Amino acid sequence: MKTLKVYAIFYLIFLYAPIFLLPLFAFNSSTIIAFPLESFTTEWFTQLLTLSEMHGALLNSLKIAVISALLATTLGIFAAMAVSRYSFPGQKGIMGFIMLPLVLPEIIVAVSLLIVILRIGLDTGAWSVIAGHTLICTPFAIAILQSAFAALDPALEEAAYDLGETPVSTFRLVTLPLVMPGIISALLISFTISMDEFIIAFFLTGADPTLPVYLFSMLRFPKLLPAVMALGTILVVLSILLITIAEYFRRRGAKRTGNDTGGFL
Amino acid sequence: MLVSPTALYALLLLAIPLAAVVLISFWTQTGVRDFDTTFTLANYKEALTDPLYRQLMLRSLMVSGLVTLITVLLAFPIAYFVSFGVKPEHKSLWIFLITIPFWTSYLIRVFLWKVILGYNGVLNSGLKVVGLLEEPLSFILYNVNAVILTLAHAYAPFAILPIFVALEKIDRSLLEASRDLGESRTMTFLRVTLPLAAPGVVAAVLIVFIPTIGDYVTPRLVGGPGGLMIANMIQTQFLRLNNAPLGATLAVIAMLIVAVIAVVFLILGNRAAGGKKGGRT
Repeated sequence: MKTLKVYAIFYLIFLYAPIFLLPLFAFNSSTIIAFPLESFTTEWFTQLLTLSEMHGALLNSLKIAVISALLATTLGIFAAMAVSRYSFPGQKGIMGFIMLPLVLPEIIVAVSLLIVILRIGLDTGAWSVIAGHTLICTPFAIAILQSAFAALDPALEEAAYDLGETPVSTFRLVTLPLVMPGIISALLISFTISMDEFIIAFFLTGADPTLPVYLFSMLRFPKLLPAVMALGTILVVLSILLITIAEYFRRRGAKRTGNDTGGFL
Repeated sequence: MLVSPTALYALLLLAIPLAAVVLISFWTQTGVRDFDTTFTLANYKEALTDPLYRQLMLRSLMVSGLVTLITVLLAFPIAYFVSFGVKPEHKSLWIFLITIPFWTSYLIRVFLWKVILGYNGVLNSGLKVVGLLEEPLSFILYNVNAVILTLAHAYAPFAILPIFVALEKIDRSLLEASRDLGESRTMTFLRVTLPLAAPGVVAAVLIVFIPTIGDYVTPRLVGGPGGLMIANMIQTQFLRLNNAPLGATLAVIAMLIVAVIAVVFLILGNRAAGGKKGGRT
């Protein structure tokens, strides 16, 4: 086990090494991303403030991520509830299909949606990115919500019915508060996935780029690379923050319903 | 039926579009948005005979296969360590630490490898500063190796999770029983732990193999001309050459190959697990 532990620590270092380079070069005054480091600067972060196109892309991404997260979590609640309560013919097949985007290469999702949109004669835009992101976020939302719903004691809801509550008021007063941590976790995860997703947005975003699509276009200009490092630092810090909060809520939910599987998947 | 809104969404935005990809692969593009809808196999003929497409397809399969092999081999000891060598109360922290990089922007992570491996990049300049290197290494960026390294790094957490879950399901008393009956540590691992972990390994292989074959960003950023994969060609057909039917055909062929390999692998994996599905609960 000792050797394994040393190996595990090296593995973690390997996993994190590239991410640790981000702040190193984001605060480095040299325009070339290489050693030796020069002096400390916040110039690249202030440069981000002047890139007005980036601000539009950021707003676009935020809008898309919020709506996609809400849609994916709502769809996730329906599916997770259905699976935890009832078993119906074809359940495995239907659920397998809904979870398919988890492994399907994103480029397949992107081109298939693009074909349909062009065929119908519509124009791509924020709405089509939302449609695609909702599709790929839903499986993650389901995975998180399923464990929240699975361990929910059905006796609690039955008690509410017996005491005269309607199905809707039971859901609002009993079910929802108990699975709320799971819902918050699903929202945050979906938001993070949508904010970071590139391929689907690249194919479906039309004239208004999302933040990752804009970032991809920045990569062509060597002059802008330090700014990319600065933007990357901000994005990675935000992602880690959101995921940590999501994990906190997921664990709280798992504790409340008495079921901790130990991970998101 | 509660599942119906979600199933309906998947039907409308996944099943129908996927069917549309298959359908359009039998058509011919005549204008920006116009197609000749007469059924033709010309796209398939072109996709299967043109050496360029064949080369990209084979390279994608090879890269994807190697990445899967490397990630799963490197991931198994980690999953084993977290499941058997870490105190129960610290397990979720370890898993959380392993998964965090996966949730940070994929584009940024791939771009970072480009910066690290570049001719004047972080690795070369770093080694020069320490005095280990005189001339920059030029063979590390813009080739297939860089693609494999970057993908293996990106998909590492993917491989660890399913193996970890399978190992967690193993009833520890089975291992004690095996030791009590006189099996050595190694034999217990080979004859009890490994077969019971097989479903997790199979899941890990599929969860890495299927998405990596369609990866676009990594070959584009670190692959150079010699490291491009099939997804790059699909993108070119759709967005540059305006030949959606041929792009669709390449996508269909890639998915068919992946599906066949996945099914074969599932069958083999089931056999490795002793014909029984799933670990112990």
